[in-house]
Amino acid sequence: MGAILFLVLAVLTVVSALTVVLHPNPVKSALALVVTLFVLAVIFVLLDAHMIAALQIIVYAGAIMVLFLFVIMLLNLQNDDPDRGRRRLVLRGFAWAGGLVLAIELALLVRGAPVGTPGAAPAGYGGAAAVAKSLYTDFLLPFELTSILLLVAVVGAVVLAQRQRRPTIS
Amino acid sequence: MELIAVGIAGVKALLVLLMVLSLSAMLLWVERKGSALIQDRIGANRANIFGVLPFNLGFVNTLIADPLKLLTKEDMVPAGADKFLHFLAPFLAVFPVLVTFAAVPFGDQLVIGDTVINLQVADLDIGILYVLAMSSLAVYGVVLGGWASNSRWALLGGIRGSAQMISYEIAMGLALIGAVMAFGTLDLQAIARAQGYHFFGVIPAWGIIYQPLGFLIFLIAGIAETKRVPFDLPEGESELIAGFFTEYSGMKQAAFMLSDFAESVVVAGLATTLFFGAWQVPFLFREGFHFPGGVVVAVPHLLVVALQFVSFIVKVFALCVFQILVRWTLPRYRYDQVMDLGWKYLLPLALANMLVTGVVIVLLG
Repeated sequence: MGAILFLVLAVLTVVSALTVVLHPNPVKSALALVVTLFVLAVIFVLLDAHMIAALQIIVYAGAIMVLFLFVIMLLNLQNDDPDRGRRRLVLRGFAWAGGLVLAIELALLVRGAPVGTPGAAPAGYGGAAAVAKSLYTDFLLPFELTSILLLVAVVGAVVLAQRQRRPTIS
Repeated sequence: MELIAVGIAGVKALLVLLMVLSLSAMLLWVERKGSALIQDRIGANRANIFGVLPFNLGFVNTLIADPLKLLTKEDMVPAGADKFLHFLAPFLAVFPVLVTFAAVPFGDQLVIGDTVINLQVADLDIGILYVLAMSSLAVYGVVLGGWASNSRWALLGGIRGSAQMISYEIAMGLALIGAVMAFGTLDLQAIARAQGYHFFGVIPAWGIIYQPLGFLIFLIAGIAETKRVPFDLPEGESELIAGFFTEYSGMKQAAFMLSDFAESVVVAGLATTLFFGAWQVPFLFREGFHFPGGVVVAVPHLLVVALQFVSFIVKVFALCVFQILVRWTLPRYRYDQVMDLGWKYLLPLALANMLVTGVVIVLLG
């Protein structure tokens, strides 16, 4: 049951992820990314990581992707009109090469992974308490550093937004 | 045994779904008649069967006549619209709102023989996060409805809606964190049970007593999330006709209307669960009433469950009616005022509320 569910979800994830890259319409690309993130959240639920699943939907699907869509709608982006020529061919070559390297790395990684079903997760695994505990004990430093990084980003965004406001000459 | 469990879950899900839908339909009638009362009009009064009956059918009007009218209307898709997304948007507006109620408990336990039924569709230990996650998805119906219609009014409504819903989601989430800190759990059923005590044996220990400011922020942000007056800029009829659903007709337009009403039911349901004792009836415990002064009145189990269910419905309905009163009393905000209120007042207030709650919890040990 779990395996079938996982297979269906995995196929959905890959198909929607490919749609993100291949669809010419930016709005539909963004929507496909929403679907990808949502299905990933469902896979997290299958792995008993309820907290991460909820956060994935709240933060990525519910907030960040809405901002993406907001910007795309505001800019009124049209369908992707690819510029023909050698530049595009070179870029395409780089993309394929990079993808190939990543695929080989992934294959090497997966090859070493243990196969088989792990035992049932311990009680409370993936809940709010468990996640909070590991965040505030084992990963305290990275966690706090991330918050500083976010603060820097916020300050940077405010500075950039302020620069637009020049005094107008009447 | 497995089959029985699945059956019980199905019945519970159906019950909650019907509860939200029928409350929404009831609200439509309350809204039309209530607004008429406030504005000194008679209101909807034209429901009759071929003019044969000597009296009007009252709220049957909105329960049967209105849906029938909408079902038989032509389904228009504007020229140049994105057909697929235009079709999808109403579903995306309704779906998250209806599934949100799955985590909201509508009663304690129902015991029949040996079976104990938890009166909650999905018993989640991260209940509040689930609710926030689903309500954060509701914005897609608005955004896509606005974008796919290929209309300026709709696009403006969609853009306003997405900005407003994201802004107020933050204040709403932070206001809920205060309540979560006070109860020490994310599980909505556990929060409901924690409100079954009485201060000094008299005052019910409802969440609003711990979190008065949190409730206020949550209610304001909740009304903003439902996009109703004074926050109805995404669909402000004097500026944008109907905003993001201008280009919808028939049942699809009705779906957007339904999602609006269902959203107010959800906000009322959450406010009830977190701040008004959920399904708790004051002084009613599992075996009966324990009034202050030592008077005990035994109540049979089924009646206790029924009383709790009725209590939950009454509280939700009262909060819904309050939202309708607000809607027909206040004027609409200007757009910059909406943003100012969300970011400059509610957000800092919610953060301060969290801080004070934390300090109090530490001081009380």
